[in-house]
Amino acid sequence: MSVIAVLIICSLIVAAGFLIAFLWAVRSGQYEDKYTPSVRILFDDENESDSKLGNNFDKLNSEKS
Amino acid sequence: MVIMLKQEILQNEKIICYHCGDDCPSNTIRIEDKYFCCEGCKLVYEILEENQLCKYYSIEDKPGKKQNVFFHKEKYSYLDDEDLIKQLLDFSEGDLARVSFVIPSMHCSSCIWLLENLHKINPAFVSSRVDFLNKTLTLTFNKKSITLRQVVELLASIGYEPEIKYDLIEKKKKVDVNKKLYYKIGIAGFAFGNIMLLSFPEYLAIDESSLGLKGIFGWLSIIISLPLFFYSGSDYLISAYKGLRRKIINIDVPLALGIIFLFFRSVYEIAFQVGAGYLDSLAGLLFFMNLGRLFQNKTFETLNFERDYKSFFPLAVSVKVKGIESTMPISRLKSGDKIVIRNNELIPADAVLYLGEANIDYSFVTGESLPVKKNPGEIIYAGGRQTGSAIELEVIKEVSQSYLTRLWNENKIKREEEHGVSMLANKISRYFTPAILFIALAAALYWIQYDIRTAVNVFTAVLIIACPCALALSTPFTMGNAIRILGKNKFYLKNTAVIERLNKIDTVVFDKTGTITQSGEFEISFVGNEFTDYEREIIKSLVKNSTHPLSLKIAEYLGECSSTYKISDYEEISGEGIEALIDNKSVKAGSRSFIASKGFVNETRGDFNTKVYISIDRDNKGFFLIKNSYRAGLESLITELKKDKEIHLITGDNEGEKTNLLNYFPDESKLNFHQTPVDKLEYINRLNESSKKVLMLGDGLNDAGALANSYVGVTISESSSYFSPACDGILDASRFPQLVKYLNFAKTSNNIVVMSFIISLMYNVIGISVAVQGLLSPIFAAILMPVSSISVVLFATLSTSFLGKRRGLL
Repeated sequence: MSVIAVLIICSLIVAAGFLIAFLWAVRSGQYEDKYTPSVRILFDDENESDSKLGNNFDKLNSEKS
Repeated sequence: MVIMLKQEILQNEKIICYHCGDDCPSNTIRIEDKYFCCEGCKLVYEILEENQLCKYYSIEDKPGKKQNVFFHKEKYSYLDDEDLIKQLLDFSEGDLARVSFVIPSMHCSSCIWLLENLHKINPAFVSSRVDFLNKTLTLTFNKKSITLRQVVELLASIGYEPEIKYDLIEKKKKVDVNKKLYYKIGIAGFAFGNIMLLSFPEYLAIDESSLGLKGIFGWLSIIISLPLFFYSGSDYLISAYKGLRRKIINIDVPLALGIIFLFFRSVYEIAFQVGAGYLDSLAGLLFFMNLGRLFQNKTFETLNFERDYKSFFPLAVSVKVKGIESTMPISRLKSGDKIVIRNNELIPADAVLYLGEANIDYSFVTGESLPVKKNPGEIIYAGGRQTGSAIELEVIKEVSQSYLTRLWNENKIKREEEHGVSMLANKISRYFTPAILFIALAAALYWIQYDIRTAVNVFTAVLIIACPCALALSTPFTMGNAIRILGKNKFYLKNTAVIERLNKIDTVVFDKTGTITQSGEFEISFVGNEFTDYEREIIKSLVKNSTHPLSLKIAEYLGECSSTYKISDYEEISGEGIEALIDNKSVKAGSRSFIASKGFVNETRGDFNTKVYISIDRDNKGFFLIKNSYRAGLESLITELKKDKEIHLITGDNEGEKTNLLNYFPDESKLNFHQTPVDKLEYINRLNESSKKVLMLGDGLNDAGALANSYVGVTISESSSYFSPACDGILDASRFPQLVKYLNFAKTSNNIVVMSFIISLMYNVIGISVAVQGLLSPIFAAILMPVSSISVVLFATLSTSFLGKRRGLL
């Protein structure tokens, strides 16, 4: 049965890891602004061409409308 | 298809500004193939072009907003003031400083992109971060290479002028309550899952063989539940304690009792190995309770319900000392100071006009959009906005002593704000708690005859199982969902307590201008002889030259004219009227005294309506009668409301509209004219004293006192980003006719809460009947408590959504 004790301790450590990750996420402000990052992620990186970015947004806009 | 073609044709005909998408009046302002509607838009484009930021135009089509990017050179000079800088900066260390601004003109993803790429314009920006919903920009910049003033000037020059208001220096310390709630939910969720896992041997009744493990599991559960009890549960314990100290038994008292007994009895049972404890139930309970609070805390981020005059007034104003102009924070204004107010600037303190032509737009204050003319020597109250050329005034009262600001500072009833839990739940708790204590004691007394240990067990078991978590959950989930549904229908409420209050309304008080009338919309009729086509065209040619709102309205009323006549000697006398020589005839439009001379057509005495008289070659033609137009749906709204509610009207205006208003309002004695802001406030207070539950509908600053003192104050707003005074709710003007529907929905939500109460009380009856028999086992508690919570939560949210849908609100 002692294997259960080991398993429980492992599971607690994993769970605690997730708890810490969650607390860190809250602390770093990820729950404060839930909208802007969703827009920001669509901006292409600087080295890509402007026209390509335009296309992405054209698509986005046409989907919206 | 036909429509699309038409649109294309239209677009071909019109030249659209590359920056803001407005129509260009001419094709003279251009850079290569790009046309602009004004120099401002062109300038912004040039700045962006120069810094290779033209991607701005490819993210969204025509992302700019037309606004004045040319500002008075000294406008921001007050930002050089060291004290002020210190107050404005969030943080400053070494060369780095951080500041956050609200930027009202932020509206699309292009804005986000541009504002987050400011470093390309000036490398002094270390980082810039946008919070789109709150319209805030947080900037970190190098103080050595750019000053705060330059930062603001740069933002203003690209069309993103930050809002720097008087309250900016006070709002710095905003504690984020939601963040703490997330921590609490995280910890409670963690504890809930893990303690349940550790309780499995108990659930499956694998006890004898693994006694050693059970001990370890028990102690592990206790360790996990320490932060659960002391952190996640702290709010309920503190609130119950606070309630008791004020001799109020709120809903948190029985909750706290349940939590305390759950925790200590479990610790006792585990420590002395007499049982498995109820820690799993405790964790589940606190998890759901905190989740309920998160759900209830739904806030409309972009709206602000707490605004007072400080978020309305500018931070600084131009002051003239010995002929030299400089800027000064308005908090330092003293009576006797001479201030300069330019076009579109706000008058921050009561002052006497001594130089210039004042045309004050009081639309923020009264909702009336027509400017009022003031002559030198007259007092101008704070809150007005100058339109036209610059004026100079002498301050007679400090900002905090001004007529309007005093409305906020004095006479304000501090309404007891219930934190989260509802009034109804608290009312029930007043009877519920003693009843539970009585049952627990009675059961204990009964058992004490047989066995003292069973008696103690039964006593604690009753308090544990009676813990009214389902009861406490029904309000947040019902009301939280209701607030969302109403929010979708553009009726934004400050918090869930407002829904409960809406339910009790028996009196509705309307403001007139801007509330039941549509600001900026007028009904125009002409009184006099019918115009000939020739006259019509002449008048049209005249009014076309003026940008005064009345001229614009008349031009609109007259409609398209085929030909326009040559115009000369045009003159606009502000506050009086306009005149010009058209087709060799002297044409005048304006006030009665401006037109003067000969007899008037259909003149009735005691008529206070706005009129624009017209004369052609000294011959008076009659006048345009201009009335505010009432909002669509007003009549049906009032018919519905007056079925079971008293209807009042208070307005600062004269009686000009009285006969008209009587068509809508049932009772003449409840129409009140010539009411100052203080009168309005006192009127509401009188209604309150006669124990009426007043719903006040207002719009401008002059209603602020009345809104704050009424049982529920609702602001009617043309656009939600527009200024609205402190209130309990904001109703989008387009949804004004729907108000009755929303009030009925508030009533329905309340009924749902009552029904959920009944359901949760039934669970309590089941639980208590088991507990008094001394049969409460941990597994029974672990099943009953989450089941009751979840079923009540489901019932509350689903039934509000269902009923919302049936009423067409979803």
